[in-house]
Amino acid sequence: MNEMLEAVWRYRHFIVSSIKNDLRSRFARSKLGALWMILQPLAQVAIYSLVLSRIMSAKLPGISNPYAYSIYLLAGMQGWSLFNEIVSRSLTVFVDNGRLLKKIVFPRVCLPLITVGSALVNNVMLFLVMIVVFAMLGHFPVIALLWMPVLMVITAAFSLGLGLLLGVLNVFVRDIAQFMMVVLQLWFWLTPVVYMASIVPPSLHSLMQLNPMYWIIDGYQQTLVYGHGLDAMNFVPVVIASLVLLVISLFLFRKAAPDMVDVL
Amino acid sequence: MTDAALTVTNVGKSYREYGSEWRRFGMWFGLRSSRIKEHWVLRNINFVVRRGEAVGIVGQNGAGKSTLLKIVTGTLGATEGGVTASGRIAAILELGMGFNPDLTGRQNVEHSAGLMGFSRSQIQMLLPEIEAFAEIGAYFDEPMRTYSSGMQMRVAFSLATAMRPDVLIVDEALSVGDAYFVHKCFKRIRQFREEGTTLLIVSHDKGAIQALCDRAVMLEKGQLIADASPQEVMDLYNALIAEKENGSIRQVSAADGQTATTSGTGEATVERIWLQDDQGRSLEYVGVGDPVDLVIRVRVNAPIEQLVIGYMIRDRLGQAMFGTNTSYAEQVIENANPGDEFELHARFAMNLGVGSYSVSVALSSTETHLVDNFEWRDLALIFTVANTQRAPFVGSTWVPPQVTIDCNGQNMSLESASDAQGGPRLVTGR
Repeated sequence: MNEMLEAVWRYRHFIVSSIKNDLRSRFARSKLGALWMILQPLAQVAIYSLVLSRIMSAKLPGISNPYAYSIYLLAGMQGWSLFNEIVSRSLTVFVDNGRLLKKIVFPRVCLPLITVGSALVNNVMLFLVMIVVFAMLGHFPVIALLWMPVLMVITAAFSLGLGLLLGVLNVFVRDIAQFMMVVLQLWFWLTPVVYMASIVPPSLHSLMQLNPMYWIIDGYQQTLVYGHGLDAMNFVPVVIASLVLLVISLFLFRKAAPDMVDVL
Repeated sequence: MTDAALTVTNVGKSYREYGSEWRRFGMWFGLRSSRIKEHWVLRNINFVVRRGEAVGIVGQNGAGKSTLLKIVTGTLGATEGGVTASGRIAAILELGMGFNPDLTGRQNVEHSAGLMGFSRSQIQMLLPEIEAFAEIGAYFDEPMRTYSSGMQMRVAFSLATAMRPDVLIVDEALSVGDAYFVHKCFKRIRQFREEGTTLLIVSHDKGAIQALCDRAVMLEKGQLIADASPQEVMDLYNALIAEKENGSIRQVSAADGQTATTSGTGEATVERIWLQDDQGRSLEYVGVGDPVDLVIRVRVNAPIEQLVIGYMIRDRLGQAMFGTNTSYAEQVIENANPGDEFELHARFAMNLGVGSYSVSVALSSTETHLVDNFEWRDLALIFTVANTQRAPFVGSTWVPPQVTIDCNGQNMSLESASDAQGGPRLVTGR
């Protein structure tokens, strides 16, 4: 464990420059460059708002802003996009970098860290844009600014734990990535991002609460939409789940690392 | 063994077939299963490379050379045994791995140097050096997608060798690029060696192995079958290839993947064609100027009134180097009957430059194959000419000169060097 941390520390510049290059190569050769990273989720929010606002707006209690539903959507998307990006990129991170892993000696644990790093950078940019949009809509969730880093860390930890676990297995069984892409879509609709938890029949609530993403997205919505603080108790199971996932995935990663190059 | 730079101890590599991935996952958690099939690609490899020594690794395709190199560099784990190396290992295996085409040469170098484990201050220190060595001018700050492959290779090599490694692994990668730069690369490699870098060279090129290496090891089917002087090992390699050719009936495609074109009516066919030395040993590599015997064995399948055997040596681009036939040589065969076997021996000195050559054979009734074409076969034989004994030269033919230099009307000689008092004198140079 110690040597892994040491290796990461030695390669810190490489990790930083990889994240930078990741951004840079998105800028390159496209007129709007990095804007696309933000435009895409925003467009999605705009589409959902357009299609669903009439049905949904009536059901958003405790908030008087006429754009309440858009704000609600943006808040949920902020959390979901981070989760989605980390999980889907971690899933294929080893396969995508197979050539590199086969030819060059470097601490392999750098790869998931780069994924998380660049996803976090993207997410922070999205957050900044969201704040601007909120301001334009006349919504100023000040308290959210304090909670946002906490939420991001928890989301990233959970996403990395899950993504790394599946990413390692995906090297050996490639169906996992394909399967997970479907699962992620389903998962999105099973989590109250687009709709409110209140429209779900009460009998299904306890089932819905088994979904860790329910609590994470709820955290985003509580802070960004309602300006509430976070209820720490809500997050205890999620944090525990994240830590367990991280430990399992790191253990698996260490066991699988020597085998990985053989099958890439 | 204090001066051992690289010790390979009992290295073996097996790929396991698990049948089901569940068994693989089980293995990680300590479960054993009898249904796991092991498939060894390397076994019992032992050798030691001393500091500053250059060792060539030869072997046919699939012998395990690249697997061994990957284990030495550390990208691939050995199943048993291990490799201990003193100091930093650098590999010119896959030049330009991890370059991003949208980034500039400079950005790519900074990034890849990080990947190689250099610290930021080291990278800043090495950058000007790398830029200077690559010699690509203003392109260094242009996106890499605008580079030619030669330019990419220049940047990649400059980066890979920016800091002298303790062990340098050189793969065939070096054969690409322009001659000027390849020369520059070899100069740097030689310089490293003088400063104590250990070299590990993988090549099919006999010339490179003999010119650069002190020793060679040979792999065959995952086993180390020879560890001796380059000459001995290359002879063994030749013998092994010859044996393989004898064993098989006929190979349709040529060694380098090109398909040999054969045409003709088939009244006579080429049974076998090979190059041999004066002791009758089959050759694949020939030294410049060495005497060889090109043997073409022809079998007659139908009565032929008149038979002319011709051959032509071509370079790798297909250009004719030399061609002749038995009509020009005034030795035309008449009244050949089915079942007759003729063996043409063409003895000559291999006065060709370094490179890969092929031999085309034509069996005809006259000096041109346009009248009767019994058999015409391109790429019937492929061989390589290497310069191991002669003074270095360039070009596709060997025309050795007698060089003398006159100074102010007087012949200069090396012996009189000490007589000259401050004037121009002749020395052997380097």
